[in-house]
Amino acid sequence: MAESPAYNYHPRWLRRRVSTYWWLEKRSYFAFVLREGSCLFVAWFVVYLLLLIWRVLQGDAAYQEFLTWSARPSVLLLNIVSFLFLVYHAITFFDAAPRALVVHVGKKRAPQQLIGASHYAAWLVASAVVFWLLLGA
Amino acid sequence: MRDHITLQVARYLPEKQSEPTFDEHEVPCPKDWVVLDGLNYIKDRIDGTLSYRWSCRMGICGSCGMTVNGEPKLTCATFLADYAPGPLRIEPLRNFPIIRDLIVDIGDFMRKLAAVKPFILRRYEKPISEGEYLQTPDELDEYKQFSMCINCMLCYAACPIYGLDPKFIGPAAIALAQRYNLDTRDEGAAQRMDVLNEHAGIWGCTFVGECTKVCPKHVDPAGAIQRYKLTGAVESMKAFFMPRGA
Amino acid sequence: MIKRDAEPFLWMLFSAGGVVSAMLMPALLFLFGVAFPLGWLTAPTRGHMAMLLANPLVALVLLALIVLSLFHWAHRFRHTLYDGLQIKHLQEVIAAVCYGGAIIGSAAAVYLLWQAR
Repeated sequence: MAESPAYNYHPRWLRRRVSTYWWLEKRSYFAFVLREGSCLFVAWFVVYLLLLIWRVLQGDAAYQEFLTWSARPSVLLLNIVSFLFLVYHAITFFDAAPRALVVHVGKKRAPQQLIGASHYAAWLVASAVVFWLLLGA
Repeated sequence: MRDHITLQVARYLPEKQSEPTFDEHEVPCPKDWVVLDGLNYIKDRIDGTLSYRWSCRMGICGSCGMTVNGEPKLTCATFLADYAPGPLRIEPLRNFPIIRDLIVDIGDFMRKLAAVKPFILRRYEKPISEGEYLQTPDELDEYKQFSMCINCMLCYAACPIYGLDPKFIGPAAIALAQRYNLDTRDEGAAQRMDVLNEHAGIWGCTFVGECTKVCPKHVDPAGAIQRYKLTGAVESMKAFFMPRGA
Repeated sequence: MIKRDAEPFLWMLFSAGGVVSAMLMPALLFLFGVAFPLGWLTAPTRGHMAMLLANPLVALVLLALIVLSLFHWAHRFRHTLYDGLQIKHLQEVIAAVCYGGAIIGSAAAVYLLWQAR
């Protein structure tokens, strides 16, 4: 196919630059940026977890200090906000996964709701195991 | 129920202006009139210099996409009565250069569409004497949704990534590539992969999902892209670990 | 011919990290970030924690969680900086900071979990 149109640039065509705040213009864009921003709280929890493991390795006193520190209002607030963002991350991820994961059972495609539901089910099971390991066993 | 609506129509005359301006007109809005009817009313009776594209007026040609109150819409499928008394703002489609008034240059999309080779590619064409290519309804269902694309480019107008990086190949081009990749009659998936499996291809997409939201034909380009990301990633892994072919 | 590009591989890490973090983090953060500090539930003893960390299966899962989540963050944050702040011209610096950070965090996790065995 030949190069057409005759030109792909004309000085009088008006080109608008996208504003740096494009993500504030629409609710769905803002929801998208919040979803992407949840990765910061994922990273925060990794740091928190590494701190926890480190303190556990340092002995009883250090572990108690960590628990006390985690009860400070600023840390508590950060963790509550993080928890909300992590739940938002989980929900948006499990709703997105069926779009990419197309599974075929024989000739037919497995319904998207099934893929999504199995993610949520796995989430429930994983959470239950975490609770059991830390509270029960 | 108001029987007139105020339309604010973007005007851009490149010889005379450096920025678009807005003309305001009152047009009737019977309940079956769409935005396109309003524009035609203006052009026929008020201001013949207004320029815009349209054709089938029934949502199949993809010509009449414009930004209506900030949202990319087909003007032949958007009812005026829903917005009465207005004002209803009509601007050209976002993320494309504006040639004049409500007309944008779509050359970029046309080139990208051609680049994904949106037609059946086969190593050897079956001669007519051997009969048709047979396909089961299930095989048709695999790609049917993606074949509904009317190339209206509303998805490009909605996609912030395309707005930020015009090199991004864009939702419709990838959805149409998938339409052929998933068609059992096609054997060209490897050829399309070169264009798609790169930064300006699928990897520019961050799954904002706006493209699927604005698509008037429910093509779900976002789904097509995410699915292809998995395909492309698996192919890349195969190429890395087994360079001489799986 | 598929060009040698890191992006598909990084995306797979991002996806895996997204799934693993979504599965395990909410419950863990609820306990260690909200329930235990507020006293809603009793925190496990240090001995119990040390025993858990010494378990090879637990350590492996935690390692996978930390490494994959860090690469999930790195990939997503890198793209958000490109799209949000439009600083794509700094892409080498951004990539170094993001994936470099993920590698450092992963190394810390390997060290700590090895110590805990």
